[in-house]
Amino acid sequence: MLTLIYPDGTVRDRLPVTLEGMRRLYAEMVEARTYDHKCMALQRQGRLATYAPFEGQEAAQIGAAAALEPGDWVSGTYRDAALMWRAGYPWRLLVAGRTGDERGGEAPEGVNVLPPSITVGGHMIHAVGLAWAESLRGSDRVALTSFGDGATSEGDFHEAMNFAAVFNTPTVFLCQNNGFAISYPRSEQTRSESIAMKADGYGMPGVVVDGNDVAAVSSAVGSALARARKGEGPTLIEAVTYRLGPHTTSDDPSRYRDEDEAAGWRENDPLERVRLLLERAGGWTREWQDELETQAAERVEEAVTEAEALPDPTFEEMLLRMYGTPTGPLRAQLGEADR
Amino acid sequence: MSEVTLAQALNGALATALESDDRVVLLGEDIGRTGGVFRITDGLRDKYGQERVFDTPVAESGIVGAAFGMAIAGMRPVAELQFLGFSYPAYDQIINHVARIRNRSNHRFTAPMVIRVPYGGGIGAAEHHSESTEAIYAHIPGLKVVVPSTPSDARGLLLAAIEDPDPVLFLEPIRLYRAVKEDVPESYYTIDIGPLRVEREGEDITLVSWGAMIKETRAAAVTLEESGVSVEVLDLRTLSPIDHDGLVAAATKTGRVVVIHEAPRTAGLGAEVAALIQERCLYSLLAPVKRVTGWDTIFPLKRSERHYLPTVERIVRAAEETLEA
Repeated sequence: MLTLIYPDGTVRDRLPVTLEGMRRLYAEMVEARTYDHKCMALQRQGRLATYAPFEGQEAAQIGAAAALEPGDWVSGTYRDAALMWRAGYPWRLLVAGRTGDERGGEAPEGVNVLPPSITVGGHMIHAVGLAWAESLRGSDRVALTSFGDGATSEGDFHEAMNFAAVFNTPTVFLCQNNGFAISYPRSEQTRSESIAMKADGYGMPGVVVDGNDVAAVSSAVGSALARARKGEGPTLIEAVTYRLGPHTTSDDPSRYRDEDEAAGWRENDPLERVRLLLERAGGWTREWQDELETQAAERVEEAVTEAEALPDPTFEEMLLRMYGTPTGPLRAQLGEADR
Repeated sequence: MSEVTLAQALNGALATALESDDRVVLLGEDIGRTGGVFRITDGLRDKYGQERVFDTPVAESGIVGAAFGMAIAGMRPVAELQFLGFSYPAYDQIINHVARIRNRSNHRFTAPMVIRVPYGGGIGAAEHHSESTEAIYAHIPGLKVVVPSTPSDARGLLLAAIEDPDPVLFLEPIRLYRAVKEDVPESYYTIDIGPLRVEREGEDITLVSWGAMIKETRAAAVTLEESGVSVEVLDLRTLSPIDHDGLVAAATKTGRVVVIHEAPRTAGLGAEVAALIQERCLYSLLAPVKRVTGWDTIFPLKRSERHYLPTVERIVRAAEETLEA
């Protein structure tokens, strides 16, 4: 397993990231965690629909997205808000989506991030098609798909991996192995020693990386993206991490996991190891931390305000979202609005 | 203009699409080297190359899912699934992803793609090879469902489906692939998705059908006309969106309607047609809308097939009962 920054903040060899780069990654992880905590709180207040927290997985998501180029495609899941945000998707739209608004799925022009997949596993093949199209056109854009350990049990995982390898598409498969498919532990999901080793059977490289190490994830994903861009095909990356929170706001993890285990992973916090590293290098102070947290809270708060200020979509908008031009039956139904 | 079968018309339309739009690619099982199980893509890989016409692994969900990704990225993929009975592994892709992306991204991402699928019975095929489950697709918001029954419609509708900004499931009646020949223009033309086609004009009764059943429906109309009945035959040809106005106009005119389809009766599209007509023009009706359909059974194997598919006799009988009512 590739680790570049150990949990105590010491570094193996030299980091591929500058101190300034590490500070930025750290600041982004702080902002992502702020968003995550805010969404949990908003859901408890009844202001958001179900929310799937990513706390504990910030390094995997920020690290992966930091390696992308503008215009690269991202096809992820409901737990990938940090990844989507780092890839250019504004918090405002992410919050809007969670308030129950389809307009939250409308990525800004130039941000090629698909709305998160809610069903498990069907979206991995989309990153194969996206990347395939780019390579047929001779563009150097690539596609990254993110999914959990649970999704690797779906038949769609097989089809996506196989298609990507067969057609040599520039696709990077990022598995955030967070230990659980809701309640079903990774150890019971597959007899494979690792998820990464499954890549072997498809004829593509598989890499295991410390998913709580933002530098290691960024480095591994960066190499895979570079390989894809050179036309050398897909890679599977398994980022080993842990979901510190519940599966969603409707879940109670105490029913299926040992809280000592979760506590152990809290000690292995992806933010803390970077903080220790920065502190040792003279790149972290308490004042800076306070400033980061304040700014993050302000930005997230502003996003929430904007999302909540959107008027509810109208009946007409709901019907008009279905097709480029409304069909005859929909036109007839538009006329039934007041009936 | 040349006289071609429905299969040849489809092949010609695909060639025209590949020729005229470099965003068009074809993918599916066995469509390259062999030209597909029904040879609809025959010769296209040789002519347009392996970078346009792809043989894929046997993976329906993968084919549709990959085509979907390509469509979002700006291509115009045309995927082929070998039989409607083999399409269900892709159903999740179609209902949860392909048909929804415009809605869930508020128009930011779209899936302009075509999924071509041979369907229907009457050729004594193996199990799962004769299904007519169009209703479970016509029920999906965000998807369009098209079924041609003539070579010239096949060409125009397929080119329209490829141009369409939204995903189209394009069902091809297996029994008609080589059963009919017709003069088809070689030019680029499209036929609007939506409007039905008046196959035959008449005053006394309207027969509504689509796909392969148009053949029996047409024959029934000829029989009925011999006994002095003036019969209107409608080929629905787009099952979603259904042509409400076209159906209502015909039902209002004749006051008597029979719907014919080979799918099982319960929750078949005939029910939608009947419901629409009674909602919109009950007081113009002179008789209840009748359905002549397949039975509520699994599509049978060869030796029972004649019990299953609507026959000319069943259609004529239903029409006579409707005329007497």
